[in-house]
Amino acid sequence: MPAVDAITPLDPHAWRTDFPILETRIRGTCPLIYLDNAATAQRPRQVIQAMVSAYEEHYANVHRGVHWLSDQSTDLYENSREKVRGFINAVHGHEIIFTAGTTAAINLVARSWGDSQVQAGDEILVTMMEHHSNLVPWQQLAERTGCTIQFIPVEDNGTLALDKIDALVSERTKLIAITAISNVLGTINPLQEIIAKAHAVEAKVLVDAAQSAPHEALDVQQLQADFVAFSGHKMMGPSGVGVLYGRETILERMPPFMGGGSMIRRVRLDGFESADLPAKFEAGTPPIVPAIGLASAVDYLGRVGIEAIREHERLLTQHAHQVLQEVGGVRILGPGPGQTAGIVSFVLDRIHAHDIAQICDRHGVAIRAGHHCAMPLHKALGVNASNRASFYFYNTLDEVDRLAEALKDAKKIMRRA
Amino acid sequence: MGNKSHKMMHGEEEIYQEHVLDHSDDPYHRGRCSEATHAHEDDNPLCGDVVRVELRIRDQRVEEAWFDGEGCCISQASASMLMEELEGKTVQDVQNFSAEQMLSLFRAKLTPNRQKCCLLSWQVVQSALYSPTGDDAGNGETG
Repeated sequence: MPAVDAITPLDPHAWRTDFPILETRIRGTCPLIYLDNAATAQRPRQVIQAMVSAYEEHYANVHRGVHWLSDQSTDLYENSREKVRGFINAVHGHEIIFTAGTTAAINLVARSWGDSQVQAGDEILVTMMEHHSNLVPWQQLAERTGCTIQFIPVEDNGTLALDKIDALVSERTKLIAITAISNVLGTINPLQEIIAKAHAVEAKVLVDAAQSAPHEALDVQQLQADFVAFSGHKMMGPSGVGVLYGRETILERMPPFMGGGSMIRRVRLDGFESADLPAKFEAGTPPIVPAIGLASAVDYLGRVGIEAIREHERLLTQHAHQVLQEVGGVRILGPGPGQTAGIVSFVLDRIHAHDIAQICDRHGVAIRAGHHCAMPLHKALGVNASNRASFYFYNTLDEVDRLAEALKDAKKIMRRA
Repeated sequence: MGNKSHKMMHGEEEIYQEHVLDHSDDPYHRGRCSEATHAHEDDNPLCGDVVRVELRIRDQRVEEAWFDGEGCCISQASASMLMEELEGKTVQDVQNFSAEQMLSLFRAKLTPNRQKCCLLSWQVVQSALYSPTGDDAGNGETG
């Protein structure tokens, strides 16, 4: 029963022609079906070309030279910052800090803001569904400062236990660190509601937008978030660049995190003065070309249309829920397709996640197996490991069908049919 | 038969051969070892596979070997094969039993990625030789 892609709000086949890697044949024969987009997305040739031409025609260090090439490079780098500002609707360009990725951005906040603002007796509130990168930096902060970490539990259906939040938020709460979309369950969290609760007790909120920025519209002013972190590589940019958005008034009061070049106004033998934003948080040579690549990805996202992406992925997810149920013996983790983004994690009865991923690979289907950097969540769900299929706008309904066929084959091979 | 056709179709050696699935579905000595003298448990945190091995060693010889655990077919089937292989061997023989021998005991050819699954129980056994259980802790030196 081949699915009909024509009913979707965008034509994935038309966009796929921009992605050379999607033409790959696994082991030379089997067409690649790439369903590991939550780990990292693929990039179109436009993004790759933007980086090639940056290296071939405009590359020098930024903010360093008075020479022509350095000016070119600096312009491209700063234009990239402006592009990202527009993408998330920040008020100021200097609220955009280029980092190495989401993890680096969160660690920056934990070190700089955390070490200067948090002390013993304070509480950091996170959710049970956080990726390790939005949990471990706070555990480390707790080790350094003596603050404690509280957890918003996850219901059996994979949504946050919102009725528990009021009891957890108090004047001791200094920060709520929360993912916009669960990288395992696909759950879309009610950020505005949670941010309002945090601000009512003057707590700050950090949003891990790694899974949402590539797929959902992000407006930091509307959201009223204090910090937002996301990565380039999950939204078709290169790896090695990410973004920390911070509200100007908060960033200005934060001490620099890493010391080095660029982040200083002047250095004496007995000390230094920090530079202004954003340089204060961009010590060393920044990810110049990756940032240019990210800006190109922002342009590309704009051409595809974030709303169309969202709608297309909803359809893929809906279809996946349907065909995976038909396989038999599949338990899908997380809430139904109405409440999730394009992520479907599942366990198959009596077949381990790694064996499933291995057999899927024979069909050219690339999915994730394991705990997806969310061990506490898996423990809460009572599963050791799961499989995850995660979609992007270039995926087709037909590819989802191929996943279901691969799962049926896994059942046959493992004698579970 | 189905396995053969897969081998041809995908140009890779079938991992999930009959004997592997048999060990996975109906493992040898899965459970507790009575009067165990040595035991060790370890996991592969990358994938969550866990294997616990309990041995009863008398006169420098493995009388019984049992395992328990959770994980992929490869990690559990290989543990079952290893328990069967170990019994009756001297401690010295078990110490000399190499990773290469473990992989050839498994027979089905594994990619480097999945070799880790196969070698988990082997590593646990090697550590178990040096991990006498509580009762025996004082005099359980085995070399």
